[in-house]
Amino acid sequence: MTTRRPAPPLALVVPAALGAGFVVLPLVGLLQRAPWSDLGAELAAPAVRQALGLSLVTSLAATAVSLVLGVPLAWVLARVPFPGRSLLRAAVTLPMVLPPVVGGAALLFALGRRGLVGGWLDDVGVQLPFSIAGVVVANTFVAMPFLVVSVEGALRAADVRYEDAAATLGAGRWTVLTRVTLPLVRPALLAGALLCWARALGEFGATITFAGNLPGRTQTMPLAVFLALERDRGSAVVLSLVLVAVSLAVLVALRDRWLRV
Amino acid sequence: MRPAAALVTVAALALPACGDDGGATVTVLAAASLTDAFAALARTFEGDHPGVTVEVSSGASSSLATSVVEGQPADVFASASPAAMADVVDAGAAAGPPVDIAANVLEIVVPRGNPGDVAGLADLARGGLLVGLCAEEVPCGEVAARVLDDAGVTPATDTEEADVRALLTKVAAGELDVGLVYETDVIAAGDDVEGIALPPGAPASTRYPMAVLDGAEDPDLPEAFVDLVAGPEGRRVLRDLGFRAP
Repeated sequence: MTTRRPAPPLALVVPAALGAGFVVLPLVGLLQRAPWSDLGAELAAPAVRQALGLSLVTSLAATAVSLVLGVPLAWVLARVPFPGRSLLRAAVTLPMVLPPVVGGAALLFALGRRGLVGGWLDDVGVQLPFSIAGVVVANTFVAMPFLVVSVEGALRAADVRYEDAAATLGAGRWTVLTRVTLPLVRPALLAGALLCWARALGEFGATITFAGNLPGRTQTMPLAVFLALERDRGSAVVLSLVLVAVSLAVLVALRDRWLRV
Repeated sequence: MRPAAALVTVAALALPACGDDGGATVTVLAAASLTDAFAALARTFEGDHPGVTVEVSSGASSSLATSVVEGQPADVFASASPAAMADVVDAGAAAGPPVDIAANVLEIVVPRGNPGDVAGLADLARGGLLVGLCAEEVPCGEVAARVLDDAGVTPATDTEEADVRALLTKVAAGELDVGLVYETDVIAAGDDVEGIALPPGAPASTRYPMAVLDGAEDPDLPEAFVDLVAGPEGRRVLRDLGFRAP
């Protein structure tokens, strides 16, 4: 005898449908405005390929940097008690709350030529603002907190007894970390990395303020869309659709992977 | 405070914000470079016409023109670019012919002390300097491109900013060595920057057309505002801020 599940309550379905519609409607608006007949010509423009290439390279680089710096940071915040830890935890979350343009301005004050640390960098010949490295810095600044928060949360919730058990069985600290701790938080790590990448891909305010805007060097897709809106609506829509398509493709592909993990 | 009482208090405080009963509102869309001038003229107009509120919304002329064409409700549009105004007129959104209210001239701007040792336009081609321009999509960038083209200079641009004030801020902060902005912007930044005038023959000027928009409920007030700005009072305010006569 099979039991039928009761129909989902209307009180939840109606707001859910409205929520879904709210998110999907702007995408439909984009599709409706797309200059389908000119699509080929628009996509062939070198500026589109440059912007897309730059966006992909910088967002991946930012995710890589975030993993290298963010995972250890998350581990320290979760496992090492030290005075001022909660303050540091709040500070790390700050870029998520700060308006991106303010973040970009802050980066300029710190790393610009006349900035706190930037003056020394300039003396050594390292120029971060108005360079592709600057785009990666800006992206990392806004996106890393997503990874840190996700991994730190999972680490705090993870059961330390597994790690203790591994240690008692003779595993060294590095082995415990790589064979027990990190695999335990793998879903949060992957989700955090994905969020981090997505945030970096869409970053606009901090990039344009810190790294500036120059086609071929620092003009990522979001910047290209913003400027195209000033001049040619059709071009802006095409660029937006390309970004949506790429993002969807990655998200859909990775979704399947995670669920099978 | 009990929740219900708190809610009523908040609602009562918020209510005056919605709806204007009795007074008329004139909505003005103005180019970013006109912000200070229009703020002053709006106050003058409100003083001359009690009960009337003038709301000024600034932005890049090209974006504002797009909003108007897309149907944003507004009464007056003042543009820093004849091209942006042309878009509005061509779309049939202007109620009458535009009138020029001011002119502005492009200027080279450097941080205080001129660390890059910039003497003229030719220096913008130097690779060792950090050069900033406005993106060509915005009015300031159009004029800059024209000027550089006319002078035969290919700039070693490091960034194309989306609005002239952002460019000005970066130059003033010393993060850029040189930029091309309007005279009025150089004046507005005061001691933080120095201006270097362009050679007299350069096509460096832009004019500011202003028009009443279609769809204004009562065209008399918007027209009166345009008259104020285009008239002697407006000229005086604009001149004090560094604008030139149209």
